[in-house]
Amino acid sequence: MTATHTSAGAERAAARTSGRRPASAPQRPNWLGGLVGWLWLAVVIIPIYWIVITSLKTQTNYYLTNPLLPPIDPTLDNYRLVLQLDFPLYFLNSLLVAVGTVIPSVLFAFMAAYAIVRSGGAGRFLRAVNGLFLMGLAIPLQATVIPIYLMIIKLHLYDSLLGLILPSVAFAIPLSVLVLANFIRDVPKELFESMRLDGATEWMTLWRLAFPLTRPAVVTVSIYNALTVWNGFLLPLILTQSPDKRTLPLALAAFQGGPYGVNVPAVLASVVLTILPMLVLYTVGRRQLLSGLTAGFGK
Amino acid sequence: MSATTAGRTPSAVAPEARGGGVLPWLALPALLAFVAFAVLPLIGVLLLSFTSWDTLGQIKLTGLESWRSVLTDPGLPHALWVTFLITALSWAFQTPASILIGVFLAGRQRYRELLAVLYFIPLLLSSAAIAITYKALLDPNFGLGAGLHIDLLTQDWLGEPGLALGVVVFVVSWQFIPFHSLLYQGGVRQVPRSLYEAAELDGAGRVRMFFSITLPQLKYTIITSSTLMIVGSLTFFDLIFVLTEGGPGDATRALALDMYKRGFQANLMGAACVIGVILVLVGLALALLLRRLGGRDPNASQLEGA
Repeated sequence: MTATHTSAGAERAAARTSGRRPASAPQRPNWLGGLVGWLWLAVVIIPIYWIVITSLKTQTNYYLTNPLLPPIDPTLDNYRLVLQLDFPLYFLNSLLVAVGTVIPSVLFAFMAAYAIVRSGGAGRFLRAVNGLFLMGLAIPLQATVIPIYLMIIKLHLYDSLLGLILPSVAFAIPLSVLVLANFIRDVPKELFESMRLDGATEWMTLWRLAFPLTRPAVVTVSIYNALTVWNGFLLPLILTQSPDKRTLPLALAAFQGGPYGVNVPAVLASVVLTILPMLVLYTVGRRQLLSGLTAGFGK
Repeated sequence: MSATTAGRTPSAVAPEARGGGVLPWLALPALLAFVAFAVLPLIGVLLLSFTSWDTLGQIKLTGLESWRSVLTDPGLPHALWVTFLITALSWAFQTPASILIGVFLAGRQRYRELLAVLYFIPLLLSSAAIAITYKALLDPNFGLGAGLHIDLLTQDWLGEPGLALGVVVFVVSWQFIPFHSLLYQGGVRQVPRSLYEAAELDGAGRVRMFFSITLPQLKYTIITSSTLMIVGSLTFFDLIFVLTEGGPGDATRALALDMYKRGFQANLMGAACVIGVILVLVGLALALLLRRLGGRDPNASQLEGA
């Protein structure tokens, strides 16, 4: 994640120093890398292409036509069917859980990352907190789902969206703190110093200096957390039971296992519908990421 | 003590001397959330492994009974073996492929940016969606192989134990090679250009440059990527659950799935927690081992070069 930030900077620096020589690194073509690169691209794209074209076929055509050829008479019936089958509700559930997780986790993580960076390793408490989060990265948190199940039952949050949000926030924190701290560390010390001389409190410095300057990182971390929660399966599986509390991945699995499961085009239409929001988020986020970077350099 | 050691850089410490009262408070919300729903459950999984609980009745303290039953169950070595196979095979397949693709993508041609965008798509899909797609694609009667009349592709992919394990490894790679390629792309772009220029003057070829410069310079990226792959593969659950449900038989019943099945299907929560503790210990041991291999400061960024 830091990659986009630093490598873009390095790229610029390289372009500047190499002068008029075009910045194409080693000059001979990399045949093996190219071969594997293009081959794997095909491996990645073919199933995706297949999902999209199949979702536009009728069930009869699915059995009869060449699986890799697009339908002659594309139909949206599969999408219509899926939308009639409560998918809008599952969509809303996923959206609520994602928003409810991303906002607190990114805000909390940002505040913690700011404190950890600003203390510069001086405070014993913050050093311990940082160590705890780093340890959290190494531990497979999914291994703790049974105690979480018990806690959520005891809190009377079983089968509720809030019950999904609470552990998701906790799981998102370690990586978010790590990435955000790396970016806050890149903010020039002089800026903090001048804020201090202007009499700004840490709280003001956090929101008026660090937060706007690290916006690309905040966007990246938010997208990453949103993706993780949107695609999460284990927590919804064990912490909910009513069909009306299902999030999308769970609904997908139930849909394939249920009476409509034989209708492969409809199942694939539901897959497409679950990816669309993430595709939009990624497209929007990518652009915002770039504009955040150029704004930083353009001054 | 810490004050004197930090005293080396007085300018950096000065602001904290005043702000020190505020900063710890800022970390509090994140700390509380993490302690409540990650640290406490972590302690909980250890405590619950000494109990018996069937999800409905009372939790009874039964000492080492759950441990004894799990450790003597031949299902445990099997689950460990399946987990090891999936981890090792997917690592051995993904790492060379990701490095090659990462090096390729690090080239500055415009179309490679587009490739990187396309590569990202599997990362947007949930494991459940991927599993559902492959289940349909690999169907021996109506899948891709049958539709195209290619006999080689028309196998009972998920019905044969060996094939099913291979499919899991392949689908895992399909899902994660793009991510690791992007890590390596970032890593390669951070290799100082001067190293290549010097090697070029010495007349080194591309292969030589790859092995003498690129690969050693990627050391930390390799460790980061491997850590993510290995610790991540301990907890593959969604994909296997939807794709094979551990089957055929228990051919793909890896640890995380074993934990779920013992806990939520056989209602043996104590035994499931024993598996949970084993998962935590194995994950921690592997992460520490890989960090030792990297020989780097634990405070340094894990994703550096990412």
